[in-house]
Formats: sequence, C-alpha cells, structure tokens
Amino acid sequence: MTKSPFRPDDAPDASVLDMHRTLIRTLERRGLLRAGLTLGSLVMLTGCDVKRPEAVEEALLAISNLNDRVQALLFDANKLAPTYPASMILRPPKFNAYYDVTDVKPVNGATWKLELGGLIQNKRPWTLQDLQALPQRSIVIKHICVEGWSYIGGWTGVPLRTFLERTGADLRAKYVAFQTADNYPSSIDMAAALHPQTVLALQYGGQPLADPFGFPVRLRTAVKLGYKNPKWITAIEVTNTYPGGFWESKGFPWFAGM
Amino acid sequence: MKKERSPKDRRLHPLAIRVMHWINAAAMMVMITSGWGIYNDDVIINGLHFPGYLRLGEWAAWSVNWHFAGMWFFGINGLIYLTYGVATGRLRERLLPIRPRDVVKTVVETLHFKIAHEDLTVYNAVQKLLYILVILASINQALTGLALWKPVQFSSLVSLFGGFQSVRVFHFAGMVVIVGFVIVHVLLAVLVPKTIWAMLAGGPRLEKRRSPQGASK
Repeated sequence: MTKSPFRPDDAPDASVLDMHRTLIRTLERRGLLRAGLTLGSLVMLTGCDVKRPEAVEEALLAISNLNDRVQALLFDANKLAPTYPASMILRPPKFNAYYDVTDVKPVNGATWKLELGGLIQNKRPWTLQDLQALPQRSIVIKHICVEGWSYIGGWTGVPLRTFLERTGADLRAKYVAFQTADNYPSSIDMAAALHPQTVLALQYGGQPLADPFGFPVRLRTAVKLGYKNPKWITAIEVTNTYPGGFWESKGFPWFAGM
Repeated sequence: MKKERSPKDRRLHPLAIRVMHWINAAAMMVMITSGWGIYNDDVIINGLHFPGYLRLGEWAAWSVNWHFAGMWFFGINGLIYLTYGVATGRLRERLLPIRPRDVVKTVVETLHFKIAHEDLTVYNAVQKLLYILVILASINQALTGLALWKPVQFSSLVSLFGGFQSVRVFHFAGMVVIVGFVIVHVLLAVLVPKTIWAMLAGGPRLEKRRSPQGASK
C-alpha cells in the first residue's frame, strides 16, 4: 500500500500555530483590512521577509481567517450541490486519511455509542439502532478533496439537521464539532450542519459503511471539502468556542466550503 | 528641477498602469508558484511534478494559504486594470486593431531577427495578440479559480467548463499560457531594457489623442 498522498512528507510542528491561534482569531476585521493594505504586508506577500517566516505564516493565517468569513457570506443555505444517478456511484469509495488503509482500527458497532456535549438539551448517548430508527436521507454527491481529486459517492443516513433538532441542540450556536475513534477532531459551521445535504452517514451505496470508510457513522456533507468529513464519529458537540480540527491545526483553512 | 507638466501630458505608462503592472507581476508569481505546490498532490499530467525550489509554501497547506491570499491581489488588481483599461480607452488604443497582414509581417521580420523597438509607443501585431492572449488567460484563471474554490456555490460555472475535473485542466492550461507569456515577455524586456525603464518611470510622452477620451461608444 502506498503512502496516503493526503499526508505531508513531514508533518510540521503545529504548536507554533496553536500558540498564535487565539490572537489570530481575535483580530478585528477592520484591522485585518487595514493591515492587508499596508506596503509591509504586500512585501510579506512577495515572500521577501525571509528572516521572519513565522510573520509570513501569521499574515497568511490572518488572510485565511478573512477568507473563512468571506466564504460564510458567500454560502447560500438553499443552494444544493449537484446530485448524480445511483449508477455513477464509485464502488468501493476512495479511502483517505492521515494514515494508510492498513492502519484502520475497526469500531465495534454493537458497543459503539455516540456521546453528545455542549449546547444540546438531551445529551443521552445514542446507539447505532437509535440512529437507524431516525428518518433517513440518501444523497449521491461528489466528494472533492483539497488535493484536487474527486469521486461520486452515494450516502444514506440521518440528516444532521434532523439529529440536532431531535436532541434539542442550540441551532443558533456557531459550531458543530466532532470527535472520532481515529483521533481526527473536526468541526463545521452551523449553517453547513443544517444544510439538507449534510448527513450522519450510516450506509454507502445501500450497504452499511465498510470499516475503512467510517463504520458505524461518519459525516458526509456536499458543501465542504473532503477533509471536513470525519469518519468513525464518537462524539458531537455544539459550541460557540472555535473547535478547530486535525488539518486546520497544521495550517489548512478551517471553513473549506464549496 | 523638472518642469511642471500639464495634466494632459500623457506618458506611455501612466502611474496607475505601472503600479498595477508590478502588483500583478508579484501576484502572478505568487499564484503560479503556490499553484505548483497544490498541483503536486494530485497531478494532471502523469510524471509532471514541480520541484521544491519552484514551489511557494513549505507543503500543500501553505501553498493553499498563499494561493488563497494571492488571489485577492491578482483578482482585485486585475479587475481594476480591466475597468481602467476600458474606461480610459487604453486597451483599445494599445491593442487594437490587429490586421492579419501585420501579424504576417511581424512574424517574417522576427524570423529575420528584426525586432523593431525604436518606438516603444507602438505595439506590433504579435505583441498585441500576446497581450490579448494573456488577458484572456488571466480571465480564464479567475473564472476557473472561482469554480474550483466554490464548486457548489458556482456550480453553473463548473458545468460551463464541463465538470470539476475539466475545470482543473482549464485552470492548468491557463497557467501554461501565462507562464509561456511571462517567459517571452521577460526575455524581450531584458533584450530591450528601455521597456523595463519605461514600466518603472513611465516611458516616452504620447502625442495628443486623435479622438477625445472614450472614443469607444
């Protein structure tokens, strides 16, 4: 098995980014615009400031943060992603993670429980049977990776909106965050979570999810890039505190909306 | 020391054009080299990878961040340039008309190593064609870039180019055209250094326009 192309050759030390993240997240929009218009930041954009590369990274993250806001403004909650006939579903789907498929640790569906946290009224844990009993929705959508590759997949599961409504989640909160069995924290904005093409997927192509693709439950949303679709979900939290995510802590943009 | 110039005194490259030219030059370099960093993770042409010294960004995440930062400079600067060029009539004045016999003449002359550049204010037919080509390629980059960035919000743009993967090919092809242009452009500028000076200082003064501003209706 070849190395996943999604994994960087050598993962950079993310601690520097985490150190500055609060600062970056609290920057004012006006301040960003003003800072973006100075000659100094223009010079940084040309990559001339080689003596302080961390200053370049801070500037890039500040613009990335601004891009996240622009993307949230561009997002149309009623705009549906193109869908495809079931005959176009790729079987099996493409595997991708930050490790090889041989390192997948299957989750036992019989003992698996979905924990809830944060701004949710009823935090009773859910079993797989509980989820299967909820209304299901099937979508055949394109999975697009930030790397550029894409494939058409067919997913069936509980619309995340339905799940959040049933559990009494605060739908005005900013974020829905996920914990997974493979230590791949992820989070999306509430608007994307409530989009009709965002589901807690239980099936692929009419069959229960196979182990490498997130059994028993994974997120599939048509309005985010591939890395915003955590697999093997173990916990969901609704929060107003920025939760971040696995690749986001290494520099990738958080919003990643399509 | 310099004599006061009347506001109607026109230079080959007005200050606004010079500023936009150099912002664009920097933005394009950022977009091209960071684009190569993104490209490498899922190549379009088998076996074609861009080596590390040509890529901007330590790895893909930073190339993505460079690309999505540079896009604002490239896009907004380009939009102002096109608006300015159309509103002042500069694009029309510099780049039109192109007569086929002039193209043939220029090609023949170039093949005889006769690259006439005594008068910087007159662009030959091939120059005009190349400038139009690179403007079209840049518009292609902006549109396909927008489609790749927001394939759901701009899904009609994606279908216009024939689907997500073919948008990527168009985006790649646009890059190839621009890189080809940049190579020729820089090479010729170095061969005729006064063109570089003109883009810094403004270049020769222009005669009064034959027709008043906004000759285009």
